[in-house]
Amino acid sequence: MTKLNSAIDLEKIVKKAKENQHLERPLIVVSSGTCGRARGSEKVFKAFEKTIKANELKDKVNLRDSCCHGFCEAEPNVIIFTNNGKHQKPIFYQKLKPEDVDEIIEKTILKNEIIDRLRYTDPQTNQKYTYFDEIPFYNKQYRLVSGNNVFVDPTNINDYFAIGGYCGLAKALTMKQEDVIAEVKKSGLRGRGGAGFPTGLKWEICRKQKGDEKYIICNADEGDPGAYMDRSLLEGNPHCVIEGIIIGAYAIGAKQGIIYVRTEYPLAIENLKIALDQARKCGLLGENILGSGFNFDIMIARGAGAFICGEETALIASIEGRIGEPRQRPPFPGEKGLWGKPTNINNVETWGTLPIVINHGAEKFAAIGTTGSKGTKIFSLVGKVRNTGLVEVPMGITLKEVIYDIGGGIPEDKAFKAVQTGGPSGGCMPKELLDLKIDYEGLTAAGSMMGSGGMIVMDENTCMVDVAKYFLNFLRDESCGKCFSCREGTQRMYEIVSEITEGKGKEGDIAFLKEVAQMVKDASMCGLGQTAANPVLSTLRYFEDEYIAHIKDKKCPAGVCKALIKYLILPDKCTGCMKCIKACPQNAITGERKKVHKLNQELCIKCGICKETCPFDAIIVE
Amino acid sequence: MPKVRINGIDFEFERGTNLLEAAKFLGIEIPTLCYNEGLSAYGACRLCVVEIAYTNSPNNTKVVSSCTYPVEDNLVVRTHSRRVIQTRRMLLEMYLATCPQSKIIQDLASKWEVKQCRFKVKYEDCIMCGLCVRMCKEQMDARAINYVQRGYKRKITTPFDKKSEVCKLCGGCMYVCPVCQARCQGPQEKEPICNACISENPPCLDAWDDMKCYMDPCAWCEQEKREKVKK
Repeated sequence: MTKLNSAIDLEKIVKKAKENQHLERPLIVVSSGTCGRARGSEKVFKAFEKTIKANELKDKVNLRDSCCHGFCEAEPNVIIFTNNGKHQKPIFYQKLKPEDVDEIIEKTILKNEIIDRLRYTDPQTNQKYTYFDEIPFYNKQYRLVSGNNVFVDPTNINDYFAIGGYCGLAKALTMKQEDVIAEVKKSGLRGRGGAGFPTGLKWEICRKQKGDEKYIICNADEGDPGAYMDRSLLEGNPHCVIEGIIIGAYAIGAKQGIIYVRTEYPLAIENLKIALDQARKCGLLGENILGSGFNFDIMIARGAGAFICGEETALIASIEGRIGEPRQRPPFPGEKGLWGKPTNINNVETWGTLPIVINHGAEKFAAIGTTGSKGTKIFSLVGKVRNTGLVEVPMGITLKEVIYDIGGGIPEDKAFKAVQTGGPSGGCMPKELLDLKIDYEGLTAAGSMMGSGGMIVMDENTCMVDVAKYFLNFLRDESCGKCFSCREGTQRMYEIVSEITEGKGKEGDIAFLKEVAQMVKDASMCGLGQTAANPVLSTLRYFEDEYIAHIKDKKCPAGVCKALIKYLILPDKCTGCMKCIKACPQNAITGERKKVHKLNQELCIKCGICKETCPFDAIIVE
Repeated sequence: MPKVRINGIDFEFERGTNLLEAAKFLGIEIPTLCYNEGLSAYGACRLCVVEIAYTNSPNNTKVVSSCTYPVEDNLVVRTHSRRVIQTRRMLLEMYLATCPQSKIIQDLASKWEVKQCRFKVKYEDCIMCGLCVRMCKEQMDARAINYVQRGYKRKITTPFDKKSEVCKLCGGCMYVCPVCQARCQGPQEKEPICNACISENPPCLDAWDDMKCYMDPCAWCEQEKREKVKK
């Protein structure tokens, strides 16, 4: 790797990297992020390597080990660019096994044939798709930031150069620092970590502070259950995050950057270390970056996986080696942060978006989205939805479009009940709000929030009281415990909600819950505490009837809360096949062949195995 | 020096003063369990919450702990607003359910007219106010105890729960603790709530948005009484 001493050097290396990519050769991109690896993508990649070597195709076929392509449901998948004119668009194969590899090389690479069984089949329409961009999951998205994961091998900086990497930095370095901030302000970019504070404004506050010593922190302590866009970005395209951080550091005047990443993301840390090393060797970090006279370096700080350390003041405490607990703001970190110096903290996705903002210009970025919320946002679409994965959509898209058009709707055509956004502190929105446009203000007005972008879809078989209980359990565990209101309040709310799910709910519990929730919201110090009541308040706002059913009728309408349900055998449907008798772990079902079986309620532990085994739908939940 | 308006009184305070001290200086009493003049402010008990707003956006109010919030220009503080009192009462109700054996908590509950306790009573030994931790560190320079774990599992102990080698057995931790003292002998000792010393002053919230009774005897109530008599 040669050291780049000026923007001209960078231009040259970008040109050279593009040439070295050999775009005339077919290219196979294997999706191999953490989720892909969990489903065996490493074996698939090795099989590709082996087959390519065996067929002596090493100089004829390019193979890329890229990270997450976003489509978790279809892991491990490959995207094949044939690059020979036979197929204009990239081919997409899903759910691969190492055994499929020989066939792909033989048929698709050498003969340009499509392998039918590896094509993606839409579970809703049963239509088959060959090409990557035609799949509904992808073609409704706007993959501005996450889309580059396909074009980049995270361990190879040349791949990043080939897509114009670090050109945004070179452009920023030619601008005045105030102009960079003005450009970011003009773009309307808001923090992607949760609260949505305007990024340009945050930078300006930090820049205006006196003193030479300032810090930049990248918050990669992603802890929401079911959210993993930051991980995907750090694993798949670490250089875009690094470039964003350097641009920010230049604008603010910081000399030291820190990426605070949780230890639970080993692949992200590994790729980040490699990327930082490469950037240093290329002279993109260190002294006199690209001959501009600007010095800056980045180090990695690893967190031990406390959710609260995503809060900025707790994060700073954790880096300083103290207990990870928030402190009162003001002073804000922009004024007094790490080691008492002005510190600017932004989330991974915000940093990853910045090179695009600078490179493409603020106007182009601001053209996407709504009046208050600009650009695109990555959501991790999970739960009861057909196409789970990371989706990047422009702000202002409706929930319905994300869940039904991109997500493919609810499996088994069950009814939609709610969607939960914003992580544990977010809220649940009912089907009446499906037409809600996704932006910061809209979600907050609906009692939820943008958060870092988790989106959990729930179907009719989800009990909302149980959901509130789940999130309260998460929060009582993850609260730092400093404020009495949050520590004891989440615990007490959890106890009350637990009692409701156990059928011990009392009249007046709902009003009492609301009172406690309001107190927790008002009295707590940090963002976690102030939003800790949201799971309760939002479910109470839209699903109060379910709470009432639990308390008054002692029934769980969704059939989830074990203390309130009963499994029953329908005599007219039971054929006496004895399957449930064999399956029941408690021996609670008795009966003879071809005679209606009986279920002993006292022995039943309500595991639901009998209902799943019954071929005649003769067992119901009441 | 920043000029702050506290309950309608404009006053200049030295930079770095916290709102709790500022209110105290003006004779306004704010309850607290985790604040001590000799120790750094921590903000754990939340009883000292006040409602604040800035003059440029008077409707954008929020509740903050006064012991950790610094005086700032254009700050408008209400120490006894409806929202604050409701929050304090709810907190005290929860304190009563956690540590009913504490005299300080019982007295505060009476003073703030908390007459019910809807939570399950737990009789815990600690409210995690952290006075002992700060006492040990800041005044005794021993650092023998600190917090362990987080959330509902949080506790205060020595490293690895082993007998401390740095503890000087000075007893400073016990001296500042608001919980580990004997409870006064109320009429219904077994109940979580004692209320034996409940204040006779009626709350003013029926008539006004702010409680005015921080002056004792409350001039507003006296005036009200007099007007009633006149009629």
